[in-house]
Amino acid sequence: MKSNVKNFKAAALKSSSDLTRRRLILNALRNFEVTRNQKQALFQDWGAARELAAAKKWDAILNLDKNIELFTKKLESNGAKVHWAKDAESARSIILQIIQEKKAKLIVKSKSMTSEEIHLNDTLTRAGFDTLETDLGEFIVQLRGEGPFHIVFPAMHLTRGEIRELFQSKLGDAPSDDPEALTMVARRFLREKYIKADIGITGANFAVAETGMISITENEGNARLVSALPRTMITLVGIEKIIPRLDDLALFLPMLATAGAGQLISCYNTLYSGPRRPDEPDGPSEHHVILLDNGRTKVLADPVACDLLRCIRCGNCLNVCPVFRNIGGHSYGAAYCGPIGSVLMPIIAGIEQWYHLSYASSLCGACTEACPVKIDLHHHLLKNRRTAAKTIPVWWQKLAFKIFNLFACSPVLWRLMSKSGWFLQFFYVWSVKGTCLDPAYPWTKTRELPPIAKETFREWYKKHE
Amino acid sequence: MNYHRSQKKLFVNGIKNMNDKDHILNSIIDALKRKDKHQASDSALLKPIDQVLPSVPSEPEALIEMFRKNSDSLKAEFYIAKSKADAKDYLIHLKNQESWKKIASHKGSIVRQIIEPPDLPLYWTDDGYDVHELAKCDAGITECDALVAQTGSIMLTSRTAGGRALSVLPPHHIVIATRSQLVPDLPTALQIVRQRFSNNYPSMISFITGPSRTGDIERILVYGAHGPVKLTIIMIWNDQG
Repeated sequence: MKSNVKNFKAAALKSSSDLTRRRLILNALRNFEVTRNQKQALFQDWGAARELAAAKKWDAILNLDKNIELFTKKLESNGAKVHWAKDAESARSIILQIIQEKKAKLIVKSKSMTSEEIHLNDTLTRAGFDTLETDLGEFIVQLRGEGPFHIVFPAMHLTRGEIRELFQSKLGDAPSDDPEALTMVARRFLREKYIKADIGITGANFAVAETGMISITENEGNARLVSALPRTMITLVGIEKIIPRLDDLALFLPMLATAGAGQLISCYNTLYSGPRRPDEPDGPSEHHVILLDNGRTKVLADPVACDLLRCIRCGNCLNVCPVFRNIGGHSYGAAYCGPIGSVLMPIIAGIEQWYHLSYASSLCGACTEACPVKIDLHHHLLKNRRTAAKTIPVWWQKLAFKIFNLFACSPVLWRLMSKSGWFLQFFYVWSVKGTCLDPAYPWTKTRELPPIAKETFREWYKKHE
Repeated sequence: MNYHRSQKKLFVNGIKNMNDKDHILNSIIDALKRKDKHQASDSALLKPIDQVLPSVPSEPEALIEMFRKNSDSLKAEFYIAKSKADAKDYLIHLKNQESWKKIASHKGSIVRQIIEPPDLPLYWTDDGYDVHELAKCDAGITECDALVAQTGSIMLTSRTAGGRALSVLPPHHIVIATRSQLVPDLPTALQIVRQRFSNNYPSMISFITGPSRTGDIERILVYGAHGPVKLTIIMIWNDQG
């Protein structure tokens, strides 16, 4: 528990002092904001669209029992095999079992945050299977042996020079540091892999109950290839992805693309349902769908946190978060980073290990403003702080607030305190300020404390009344 | 002995999965029971979907103009062919321009009329195909189910467009559409999916919007990430002629 906090602080300090990388990220996110705003402006009413999307997703969650039943029934009638996994361990063993049964050698994967959540790549690699990420950004961070930096832009923290060096050392092929040339290196390398692969693993952006379909959104075409060429297709779906109606996609697809990538709609929005039909020339002969709980029903049971299940993982809260912009995605040390990760991790992975992320926010509310499904993210952060204070009390904080309580409840003591503040500040500056004994050291080591005025507000008010 | 062990393992896994299913379903039902006080949002206060999405004009000419504008900004090529003969000429023009050696297609009724008799090696995907051969083709020619003016998207399926790979593996995807296939918006396109396939859906339905692209390196837009580098949409104005 302590080491998690320590790692977070150390990583955050390191990333926030890396000015070049911060500039790279800030530039990218500012440009993103411009294009996103242009696309938002195309909507007749973006505000009403958010209301509608929030209501639709909430309605889906409130009827999850019926929706999940219908979804699995339809999916099975389409010929897919449905598996249930109550936790990460169970999901990993189901996937491993399918892969072992197929005696697979090469596995290609399209981008899936849910697979990051269950640490699927580690498991598959350790079991001796060659597993390749095919989304360009994910492919790059996989070659570097790191996790994604951002939910939607996994390799946004790297410069083209770094990527060129990486390709040169790992693939032996990097003609220049032109982004187009580098993209073509990855394209050439991965093309044969799709053809050779025995198994394709995908995530899901939405799951449509009434037709039993998985909806996958992407720009590169890698998920299309992953689900077209290998003989077995495995799809990992978090149960909160289920929506009741096909028509709802007409709203969700443009909103996901606008909020997530600054596009009106992504390049490929594809619905998959089961293996190839007898009248179709290609496609997998088996389609396995794994429904993952892993803490989601726990979130559902929580009277306040349950609206987090509305999240469509667009990553817009990360883009606008001043904390994320400065410390970057890797500092969080979690599968989900940024505001949504800070809110989710303590709830799904344990408050003891992750409570500190609730404080990785200035509570400015930019995330709440940005969220296309209107999750009140910064209030969730505040609520997690309250839970943390209850479950992991810090003695000196409690003491400090007891003393504050004493002073704040008595007008005499309060007046005495506010008057003596001016005197005490000289003592403070003279004695401990800027040393390790200073209780405000984390603040004062880089900032000045504003001086306390001689005249209290009450005195000033009396004079000017 | 081994046999028994594997039987036992299968049995245990079976029970475990069943437990997982019951566990999840029961947890959902339990959690939702406590949700009575949470009401579903009042739908009367919400604007309907066609009043929030980007607006679409009602006149057919304006719809075509909107589709063209969207195609342009997506770097997709949009060509209106006066007739099937014109579409054929345009294909030959593309062939010469890009010096195609081999193309792939499927035996759709419109596509067939346009590319037969083929004057260059033609690879049909309908009855199964060798993926290495398909990967060598310079272009994949498909039909589609609808064009969406609102977003500049093409809707196609694995049943009506020669499978899952034909529209994404060759470097140039050419879509042959007719004027009547243009629909105003996404809700209408999804209605078409419903009406056309109702109880017998194809295994893949894809909305394709522009050529494949990525911005994963320094957020700089690059076309042709894994799918087609180029996308051409040929709309036949008069599908009788």
